[in-house]
Amino acid sequence: MTITLIFIAGIMVTVIGWLFRQTINTQPWVATAADNAVSGRSLNTNSRTIGLATFLAVAVSLFGLFISAYNLRMQMPDWIPLADPDLLWVNTGVLVLASIAFQWTRGVAIKGSDKAVRIGLTLAGALTILFLFGQLVAWQGLQAAGNTMSRNPANAFFFLLTGIHGLHLLGGLWVWARSTIKVWTGADATSIRVSVELCTIYWHFLLLVWAVLFGMLLST
Amino acid sequence: MAYVAIADRDHEVEHHDPQTFITKYIWSQDHKVIAIQYGLTSIFVGIIALCLSVMMRLQLGFPDNFDFITPESYYQFVTMHGMIMVVYLLTALFLGGFGNYLIPLMCGSRDMVFPFLNMVSYWVYLLSVIILVASFFVPGGATGAGWTLYPPQAIAAGTPGVDLGILLMLASLAVFIVAFTMGGLNYVTTVLQARCKGMTLMRMPLSVWGIFVATILGLLAFPALLVSAIMMLFDKVLLTSFFMPAMISAGENLSYSGGNPVLFQHLFWFFGHPEVYIVALPAFGIVSDILATHARKNIFGYRMMVWAILAIGGLSFVVWAHHMYVSGMNPYFGFFFATTTLIIAVPTALKVYNWVLTLWQGNIHLRVPMLFAIGFIFTFIHGGLTGLFLGNVTIDLPLSDTYFVVAHFHMVMGVSPVLVVFGAIYHWFPKITGKMYNETLGKWHFWMTFFGTYSIYLPMHYLGFLGVPRRYFAMGTTDFMPESAQTLNASITVSAIFVALTQLIFFYNMIVSIRSGKKADPNPWGATTLEWQTPDNPPKHGNWGHGGLPEVHRWAYDYSVPGYPDDFIPQNVPGSDEAPVGRDHGVEH
Repeated sequence: MTITLIFIAGIMVTVIGWLFRQTINTQPWVATAADNAVSGRSLNTNSRTIGLATFLAVAVSLFGLFISAYNLRMQMPDWIPLADPDLLWVNTGVLVLASIAFQWTRGVAIKGSDKAVRIGLTLAGALTILFLFGQLVAWQGLQAAGNTMSRNPANAFFFLLTGIHGLHLLGGLWVWARSTIKVWTGADATSIRVSVELCTIYWHFLLLVWAVLFGMLLST
Repeated sequence: MAYVAIADRDHEVEHHDPQTFITKYIWSQDHKVIAIQYGLTSIFVGIIALCLSVMMRLQLGFPDNFDFITPESYYQFVTMHGMIMVVYLLTALFLGGFGNYLIPLMCGSRDMVFPFLNMVSYWVYLLSVIILVASFFVPGGATGAGWTLYPPQAIAAGTPGVDLGILLMLASLAVFIVAFTMGGLNYVTTVLQARCKGMTLMRMPLSVWGIFVATILGLLAFPALLVSAIMMLFDKVLLTSFFMPAMISAGENLSYSGGNPVLFQHLFWFFGHPEVYIVALPAFGIVSDILATHARKNIFGYRMMVWAILAIGGLSFVVWAHHMYVSGMNPYFGFFFATTTLIIAVPTALKVYNWVLTLWQGNIHLRVPMLFAIGFIFTFIHGGLTGLFLGNVTIDLPLSDTYFVVAHFHMVMGVSPVLVVFGAIYHWFPKITGKMYNETLGKWHFWMTFFGTYSIYLPMHYLGFLGVPRRYFAMGTTDFMPESAQTLNASITVSAIFVALTQLIFFYNMIVSIRSGKKADPNPWGATTLEWQTPDNPPKHGNWGHGGLPEVHRWAYDYSVPGYPDDFIPQNVPGSDEAPVGRDHGVEH
């Protein structure tokens, strides 16, 4: 649980620290012209970015707790480390490419190049689907080798962690699909610019999560 | 057109009001309608949970008199009562209900930032409730594992509802968490981004602060419940051994081995303890506003109240293992958690002192909401003090799993938040419905509920000292329980039935008042906060009519300002020259 505690403590210190700074040098009972002029928006960005950032905090908590559970369960004597399939290295490469594709699409979306956005989005999505497909193949290989979930907790965690990570990508693909359909049916790049930016952040985040999970699975 | 969140739209864009019945009341994206949907649904399941508790009490007070209460069904009643009350009633009502209703109105915005997500949040919540209620009707019935759902017994043969009941319970929790997350994203983003001009964070009413911080806690803590629910589902369905140790059941070796049940307890309480504050912080905030309004006095120590909410929120993540003293732990670990637990008492006590000091020399109007708020101070102090007992490892060990614990948590997070719920409903009823309720019935409701609950839970402390264990279907005969313990149990049951029936007064009052109550004044209490300043009563879709958003010129607690004709100045009333208006400094700041 220490790992989760560190994550949550990090988030709470950031949140509480920020709120505390907002509230420390104020005398709210004194009505001042400066306060009256405050716009009522605490952060200078659009609301969807804040919504996503909040969701990422939730996801950090979720994955952190899974990692904590992994570490606690690992200490029990019946744990037999799982030899991770080599295919995961390939999949990791594909996911990195997907992230790069999103980053590139983000750039061209800001420039407003409709055609490039169409290509970039499609490529990023295709790479992500390829990654998920690769994960499924890896699952199948493990199953075929008799490494089923109920056989050992290390196996169970492997399927659980990769599965939860994959589900998060699927959720991202839903947003991706909406934007992609839009650009292919004639919407211009600027109308989906925010969506592409948010997808990019989300994909980078999930790449980072995957790197942490993969590293943990490999090393144990 | 690309989707644009409400806060990012030009504020004066014309609003297209929903026209048909369905878009107005069923698939509504209006935060007020969603709030009412959340509220009614949660109160509906709350009534089920109340009936379950009466059934439990019937068995405990008059054992062996009721054929329809078997040991199995008794455990199902206990489990579902606890789970419904904590998660599906209180969490949903405070955040989904009051959070939805109050945040946009009190912050001066037209709606939540993501109205569509908000609507989906309610329907997913409703789905979780349907799954939950369905578990009563599947073969084997609902789960009887206790609301904490501890493995291995939660999914081991012998526990009621071990087949479908527990599956539906876990599925329902997972769905609920999805619903809560969607709602929570809205509440956080709306508070941060969609306040009206002049509404600094420190001018927000404490209700919003409480709901806001509780939402942050919920967003970070509910994943722990999700993780434990998913892993237990796997243990149950796919026969993994995350939590399940090697077991022999009915002479047969089960396929589980090596799992760690205490891991579940850590995960569960990592959610479970913040959950207490997810329920308590909105109650703290709402009580502060009710007290200030009906005492015609600014809340004492506003900034301290805000910081106390933040401190309690932060600390609530480092106390979870005080629920696990009897699970066996390193003594230093126990010392750490006892210390953090007792530290939480500091900001909490600070809030209690500030509430009492708000009343001091106030112009107290003992209207119905105020009665409930003051009642809350009593029950909360009472429940909080017994918390200090249980927070200490050495005192907790003998008292653990006795009725002392039952009494403690019912006082502190059962009765206290429910009193606030009633107070809040009575306080905002004129705004929500535009009608006024019957004050006399409301006062009867308060006094009968208040004394009734005390006569339930006060004696339970004595039962706990005697060592009467909780969760037992029947006590049997033992040396340490005198016969008077059973007499006391019977009296508690009578009180419980009395309190349950008393709630009929409340429902009668609400229903009759909605149908034929007097038309309410738009601001019947003379309150300063923005929700009372809407152009329509009850506020219509878009909240602020076509006249533009309000602008805030002062904090939320300008009551009884010297030199001002009225004893309150609404937040949107400009000062005469925009300089500090008529403030009498040095009273308490």
